[in-house]
Amino acid sequence: MQYGKRYTILFSAAVCGVFAVLVTGSAVLLKDRQEENLRLDRIKNVLAVAGLTKPGQKLERAETLALFAKNIEPRLVDLKTGDFVADGTDPATYDQRAATSDADRSFAAPENRAGLVRLPKLAIVYLIKDGAGYGGLLLPIEGKGLWSTLYGYLALEQDLNTIRGITYYQHGETPGLGGEVENPRWKAGFHGKKLFGPDGQVAFFVKKGLAGDDPHAVDGISGATITSRGVTYMIDFWMGDHGYGPFLNKFKAGGGGQPGE
Amino acid sequence: MAGNTTKVLFAPILANNPISVQILGVCSALAVTTKLDTAVVMSLAVTLVTAFSSMSVSLIRKWIPPQVRIIIQLVVIASLVIVTDQILKAFVFDISRQLSVFVGLIITNCIVMGRAEAFAMQNGPIASFVDGIGNGAGYSLVLLAVAFVRELLGSGRLFGFQLLPLVTEGGWYVPNGLMVLSPAAFFIIGLLVWAHRTWKPELREKD
Repeated sequence: MQYGKRYTILFSAAVCGVFAVLVTGSAVLLKDRQEENLRLDRIKNVLAVAGLTKPGQKLERAETLALFAKNIEPRLVDLKTGDFVADGTDPATYDQRAATSDADRSFAAPENRAGLVRLPKLAIVYLIKDGAGYGGLLLPIEGKGLWSTLYGYLALEQDLNTIRGITYYQHGETPGLGGEVENPRWKAGFHGKKLFGPDGQVAFFVKKGLAGDDPHAVDGISGATITSRGVTYMIDFWMGDHGYGPFLNKFKAGGGGQPGE
Repeated sequence: MAGNTTKVLFAPILANNPISVQILGVCSALAVTTKLDTAVVMSLAVTLVTAFSSMSVSLIRKWIPPQVRIIIQLVVIASLVIVTDQILKAFVFDISRQLSVFVGLIITNCIVMGRAEAFAMQNGPIASFVDGIGNGAGYSLVLLAVAFVRELLGSGRLFGFQLLPLVTEGGWYVPNGLMVLSPAAFFIIGLLVWAHRTWKPELREKD
């Protein structure tokens, strides 16, 4: 059978039209659900690293949201000055990673070993509520490993020096090697370690081999030297002067303010 | 026709398995088989996409101009894959994150387009749908077998449930690190192809 040019073009256009409707329809219909999933996932990670849920614990959506609202208060911080920002941006819906890749809402990162190219102007911090005051802080961190950028959270105790926990919610490292950053036993090693040395600089690092009693080190991941080094570099960067350093200093000096103020 | 449908459904599972006989769709078989639960979801996704794309292509086969048929098939397949990806993101979020780009890459899975071109262009929609299910099942069988071996030997687990206590958790099993890397899937698929051809000597190519 021979088909003319006009028929071929019209037929192709019609097929494209029908399937475009199908694709658009599914994307529009499912959008709310997908965004809700992303938000819930972020909340679950925050709760886990703050130590508010046990590893492997399954919670219903409502319970998760209630636990989050009761214990965590997200706030926005100007990364350069370290001041809280209240410019009408809602911290609950603020997407720091989208802001980082938006030229208007980010700036070029100073030279760093964490492999970061741009930094967001506004960074999110999560205050862990404890009665009328705060019991700790939770800060997003990111940096290059071997294959991929690792995204996670570091939780600090009230003294802003002791590590409460760490988690990586997204990475593309080799399963079983660099992917062991997800291993609960490795992550447990961070608990109680100190970030800063006597000189006030970040002293914490991932040691090659066993860390032993060193208060500033955790065990390295065997077979994942570069991923381990990536973890060291990103903590060094984000807790340092170009990361959350200014904020941590002001927060400490000001007593941290009261949640909900 | 009934006997024919049965043949269309079951032939691709063993006699003409897309992976172990036709050696198609191997790339995703390497990528998503470190764990059984991702392999199950990937199997379902590929099976459904193959079935529905073959059916859709078959429905319009008599009106498709031959010179643009491949592009039309791709439009159909790509659309269905995007819809599948959207559904996974909305309903099984954790698994869709582990599958990441590989759901999108179903578009390039040779099995899907191979069935559209080789079967659906010549057969009716119901037979094409059944053919898609059959080929999806054949793909799934190999995927699940590979994932079973890799998850068990690589991390001592099945469906995330710890069966062999690991040395790092205080048990006795030293996990085989090779199993979690992609080359392991090559070795397992190679062994499967070998076993399949030993069992069915008629599958061997003439020298």
